[in-house]
Amino acid sequence: MKNLVLGAVALCSTALTPTLAVAQAEIQFWHAFTGRLGDLVAEQVETFNSSQSDYKVVASHKGNYSETLNAGIAAFRAGEQPNILMVFEVGTATMMSAKGAVKPVHQVMSEAGATFDQDAFIGSVKGYYTSTDGQMLSLPFNSSTPVLWVNKDALKEAGIAGDVDLSTWDKVGEVLDTLKASGNECPLTTAWQSWIHLENFSAYHNTPFATQDNGFAALDTELAFNSPLQVKHIQAMGDWAKEGKFFYAGRRNEGGANFRAGECALFTESSAGYAGIKNEAEFEFEVRPLPYWSEASGAPQNTIIGGASLWVMEGHDAEEYKATAAFLNFLSSTDIQAKWHQDTGYLPITSAAGDKTKADGFYNDNPGTDIAVIQMTAKEPTANSKGLRLGSFDQIRGIIDEELEAVWSGDKTAQEALDSAVERGNPLLRRFEQANR
Amino acid sequence: MEKRVRFNGWLLPLCLVFPQILISGIFFFYPAGQAIWQSMFIPDPFGLSSQFVGLGNFEFLLSDKYYLTAFGTTALFSTLVTIVSMVPALFLAVLADRLIKGASTYRTLLIWPYAVAPAIAGVLWLFMFNTRVGIVSWYLGQLGYDWNHVLNGEEAMGLVVVASAWGRISYNFLFFFAALQAVPRSVIEAAAIDGARFWRRFYTIVLPLLSPTTFFLLVVNIVYAFFETFGVIHTITSGGPQQSTTILVYKVFSDGFVGQDLGSSAAQSVILLFVVGMLTVLQFKFVEKKVHY
Repeated sequence: MKNLVLGAVALCSTALTPTLAVAQAEIQFWHAFTGRLGDLVAEQVETFNSSQSDYKVVASHKGNYSETLNAGIAAFRAGEQPNILMVFEVGTATMMSAKGAVKPVHQVMSEAGATFDQDAFIGSVKGYYTSTDGQMLSLPFNSSTPVLWVNKDALKEAGIAGDVDLSTWDKVGEVLDTLKASGNECPLTTAWQSWIHLENFSAYHNTPFATQDNGFAALDTELAFNSPLQVKHIQAMGDWAKEGKFFYAGRRNEGGANFRAGECALFTESSAGYAGIKNEAEFEFEVRPLPYWSEASGAPQNTIIGGASLWVMEGHDAEEYKATAAFLNFLSSTDIQAKWHQDTGYLPITSAAGDKTKADGFYNDNPGTDIAVIQMTAKEPTANSKGLRLGSFDQIRGIIDEELEAVWSGDKTAQEALDSAVERGNPLLRRFEQANR
Repeated sequence: MEKRVRFNGWLLPLCLVFPQILISGIFFFYPAGQAIWQSMFIPDPFGLSSQFVGLGNFEFLLSDKYYLTAFGTTALFSTLVTIVSMVPALFLAVLADRLIKGASTYRTLLIWPYAVAPAIAGVLWLFMFNTRVGIVSWYLGQLGYDWNHVLNGEEAMGLVVVASAWGRISYNFLFFFAALQAVPRSVIEAAAIDGARFWRRFYTIVLPLLSPTTFFLLVVNIVYAFFETFGVIHTITSGGPQQSTTILVYKVFSDGFVGQDLGSSAAQSVILLFVVGMLTVLQFKFVEKKVHY
């Protein structure tokens, strides 16, 4: 019935204003989401398409994050690039250096005459995707930050109080001892080890991950994550792995299956794990802020984001850029963002969306869902906690993964592994610098 | 006794080989030439600019100790895959050759795994050996063995070898079986009458007669292990842990398509081209001498 009315309205308006009868501007949007997230993206696109008749967005799934980026690059080389490409945070430096392939979002907006208030976005999310002179280059889409997920039933089984203090890693260590002693086989597991235990760890403790403000200031940046604090943390994790208190499941989010099945008591994972955990977990769970080491003077600073942003590609005509601007504005509108945040556990990218979610009573009904937001926004980001902007970073993460695995298996000490990761990663940064000189 | 057809003049032979030359040119020489050309540059991923570095990419590679390790890994991997896929295939073929009843059923069943795509085979084996939910790793756990190919390089290597060789056994089986059928019964019967037992007959008659097939399969399987096992490695280990399953061709992929470092990737392709070329020459020069046609 609703469609019928809409159709009738559309028909009338077309009849009344014949100039509108020109073909809709159609734009391509390539993304990396499947499953529930894929459905939610399709829903957003559908809402946009049916909300107006000038523009049409066609969304296509192009594989996982890396595959989507590759598809976009290959398409650009062939002159077939989409209008909007989703690129994960690791590919940010690659996209930023690709002048001539991407059109900065602020420019797209101003050329299309769209209203675009950069200050509406949450600082730590925006900071990741702005140029040094404060202009937004891409539109943040899905952003999350790591938190500590707790299986309260598992704690109870080990005789630990549900409200036990888990704010610092020392405290977590004690809880792990108790869990292990009570026979728990998976006291702690993690997803995305490099992102959580080195990248975010560094920002959270206000310690540099790389020189030149983690790559924000210049291309001649060098890795710096082998300082005593990071070594201490990785060594502690390595010791826990040896003692059977930390279970390593894999490089991505393989550990999630173990946690959701109720096998693991503690789990460091993105706040966006919410949708899956809420769906599957048959135990009482809770979100806690990411722990920190109490002896670090800067901790807790703020954590940084993971996820993806939307890049507008060059080489399309003005009408399509207008459509793009309209779609991006739609995506960052308060209602859409608030819904996205509540459905997925991703952060609201604008302060208004966060406020609306609070006003809706969502945080009261779902305790803990605001912890990620608080953790990211409690403090003004420093040069060490604004984010990372390193070239070839997907590969560097691969190197870090390998070296961390060597620590978990007991082949290397944390110091050896992190030194080696720095030593192996730096030549890649030099090659990236050379390619983008 | 030579049986050769001789052509007079050049035109007809040239016309006859032209299609093959054309195909080789387009699908082999042109891309290979491109790879050699690209290996001298460091381009940015989008192809907007590139820096000429001469042999810089090769220098960078050869000073990377993980790249050099990948040669060893590749040698070990392809040797293991070749052995694991050929020996059981021969064994099964010999058994199937002696079957009297239901031979065709057995044959069909043994050929089945070949129909499974490498990436899917990878996922199947991954499920069976998954460290938490895998059925095989669960049984191993019951026996007191803690299987964890995510952290243990040797177990990871074992797993990718088995997963790569598994489907290949069918392929090799097919060739061995056909070759066994072609061994003249009269020769074997004569040997049997002379009192040669099964093993002696197998060792002195069958195996030498199989040598052309064995040689063919050796070459084909090494090429397979070098180039086509990519899907299995990608799905099971992604080259880890600590690069213990990163073979050369996987590194070409991960540097080029994950790292967007196309210059290094092109240089690796050139090196790989050279290595496989040398390997084939060596095989034909030395191993083929032992083959009786």
